[in-house]
Amino acid sequence: MISKVLETKKLSKFFYDPVKFQVLKEIDMSISSGEFVSIVGKSGCGKSTLLYLLSTMDTDYEGELFINDELVTGKTDKEFASIRNEKIGFVFQFHYLLTEYNVLKNVMLPGLKLGKLSEEEIEYHAMEHLRTLDMHEQALKMPNQLSGGQKQRVAIARALINKPLIIMGDEPTGNLDHKNSNLVFDIFQKLAIEHKQTLLIVTHDNDFATKTNRIITMEDGKIIK
Amino acid sequence: MNFKLILNIAIHLLRARLKQSIVAAVGVTFGIAMFITLVSFMHGLNNMLDELMLNRTPHVRLYNEIKPTEHQPVFLSEQYKKSVNFISSIKPKDRGKDIYNSKAIIHYLKQDSRIIDVAPKITTPVFFNSGTIEISGVVYGIDAVAEEKLFRLSDYIIEGNISDLTQNNSIIIGKGLADKMMLKRGDILKVTTAKGNLASLKVVGITQIGIAELDNTMSYTSLSTAQKLLGAPKSYITDIQVKLHDITMAPALAKEFSAKFNVDAIDYQTSNSQFETGSTVRSIISYAVGIVLLIVAGFGIYNILNMMIFEKMDSIAILKATGFSGNDVKWIFILLSMVIGAAGGLFGLLFGFIFTSIIDVIPFSTAALPTIKTYPIDYNSTYYFVGITFALSTTFIAGLFPALKASKVDPVEIIRGK
Ligand SMILES: Nc1ncnc2c1ncn2[C@@H]1O[C@H](COP(=O)(O)OP(=O)(O)O)[C@@H](O)[C@H]1O
Ligand SMILES: [Mg+2]
Repeated sequence: MISKVLETKKLSKFFYDPVKFQVLKEIDMSISSGEFVSIVGKSGCGKSTLLYLLSTMDTDYEGELFINDELVTGKTDKEFASIRNEKIGFVFQFHYLLTEYNVLKNVMLPGLKLGKLSEEEIEYHAMEHLRTLDMHEQALKMPNQLSGGQKQRVAIARALINKPLIIMGDEPTGNLDHKNSNLVFDIFQKLAIEHKQTLLIVTHDNDFATKTNRIITMEDGKIIK
Repeated sequence: MNFKLILNIAIHLLRARLKQSIVAAVGVTFGIAMFITLVSFMHGLNNMLDELMLNRTPHVRLYNEIKPTEHQPVFLSEQYKKSVNFISSIKPKDRGKDIYNSKAIIHYLKQDSRIIDVAPKITTPVFFNSGTIEISGVVYGIDAVAEEKLFRLSDYIIEGNISDLTQNNSIIIGKGLADKMMLKRGDILKVTTAKGNLASLKVVGITQIGIAELDNTMSYTSLSTAQKLLGAPKSYITDIQVKLHDITMAPALAKEFSAKFNVDAIDYQTSNSQFETGSTVRSIISYAVGIVLLIVAGFGIYNILNMMIFEKMDSIAILKATGFSGNDVKWIFILLSMVIGAAGGLFGLLFGFIFTSIIDVIPFSTAALPTIKTYPIDYNSTYYFVGITFALSTTFIAGLFPALKASKVDPVEIIRGK
């Protein structure tokens, strides 16, 4: 049996402002280890909202969420923080690097937080990830000295630093030109094939989606396919 | 919680807002520097005044108080032992002011290891005669050597020498008296005692204590001259002044001596209680000013931190998304505030030290304090310790509320907002 990295049972989410409104409607889904899955759907259908729930950043929902077959619904803020730190790598549409730190330190930070390895080992791994993403030459630059595509590659390196169970991306290529989008997709695909990395990527780019193992299509807060 | 990492993040955030952080730290510096300066100065004054009083006042004084006999004859009667006895119109008994068996008491006290030394004294009211005018005053008969040892009397003698008192019939008078009666060294002064004895004494010196009331009335002679003046025997002494190694023991020892020697005894603390109040008030003022300044600095930090958190929402969201808990974020901002407090506080201590050192060399002379040449400063490491503790605790509190706010930032809201 292939273990399930992620599973939801009747996941529902409401917004109350300005009026009560159900964004996600009893979503049942699961992602197995090593899968490269994409989520597509019209703008406003609830893709980002779903991803925030799955990544435990948003804990205000109904239903159940399992990570690695363990029920995480109802855990404490601290426990969620360590789940995010250790098990989930997140890549946003707008790179979101810490402007106070250089590229290398940005990549290292979640590793330092986890504290399982020494600083030297973390630095070594960070450099390795930057190298595979062809960013090692920019390691000592500050984020504001990088292009958008480069920032996104740094964010991917950061997502990888703690060897997460799953990498989630919310339109990680949405803000990039075609060339850079392809580059980022190639990186994801390489991770999936070479490292058996589980990936869950929200996208509105159909070319991107068709190249993944599985496409989840959402409409109006439901999974239709 | 990984303290080193949290502190590292705090310092990086702080560096991104270096100018504002420095402004905040300067506020703390100012508060702490003022606190150190004030406290050191005020305590310097307190100590100076304490010393002034300590130098002039015995720690324990033994004397005979004029008062009625405590055990009236009726209490001894078997017949009325069980009754409640009312006696009216009791008059004080004249035990005389002479301390009975004073030689033995002094001898005994000198053996006591808790006592530095003992000085006998005779206090007697007199009239100083100047032409037809009589000025009331006091003559203190003293043992010049013991008095000098305990109270450094020579500090206050502006003319003449304390050892001149060993001459027969010599007297050292207060400056006020000398001015009033136009007396100078070598002049003869006529003195009448309460009992009418008349004596002529030679002025050998002039004292100035700086308190007009004392300088206008008091004078010193030797014990033997005072005894002669009163027509009293060689053993006559009205006060035994005791100086202790540890002044805090004075009240207990006063009680002990009073019981043991059957005399009255008063301790330093009781006779100078109003003085203590002044010292306490000065301490309170300096602490209050320090705290107020720090509260002001605290509000500055609070504002800057609030601003910083507003600007750093993205960073907070990222930290949370990548696995830092609300608690971690809270500590990042508390530490950030405390780094400002520690840096500002340490500079405050330094500047406080510099300011006090400057005050310490400013000339300050007063007739009352002949040994003081500059403003007094009390350099005490306790104030520096209290100062830095203040700085850290104020900045901790100032940082706490913005930090709690930061810890509650919802990363989803920030990330969505883009
Ligand atoms: N904080 C919020 N309060 C109320 N409604 C919200 C909030 N955030 C998102 N929504 C609504 O929820 C729906 C789903 O949003 P989202 O998950 O961002 O869609 P997607 O990512 O698929 O474009 C949208 O209609 C959006 O307007
Ligand atoms: Mg979206």
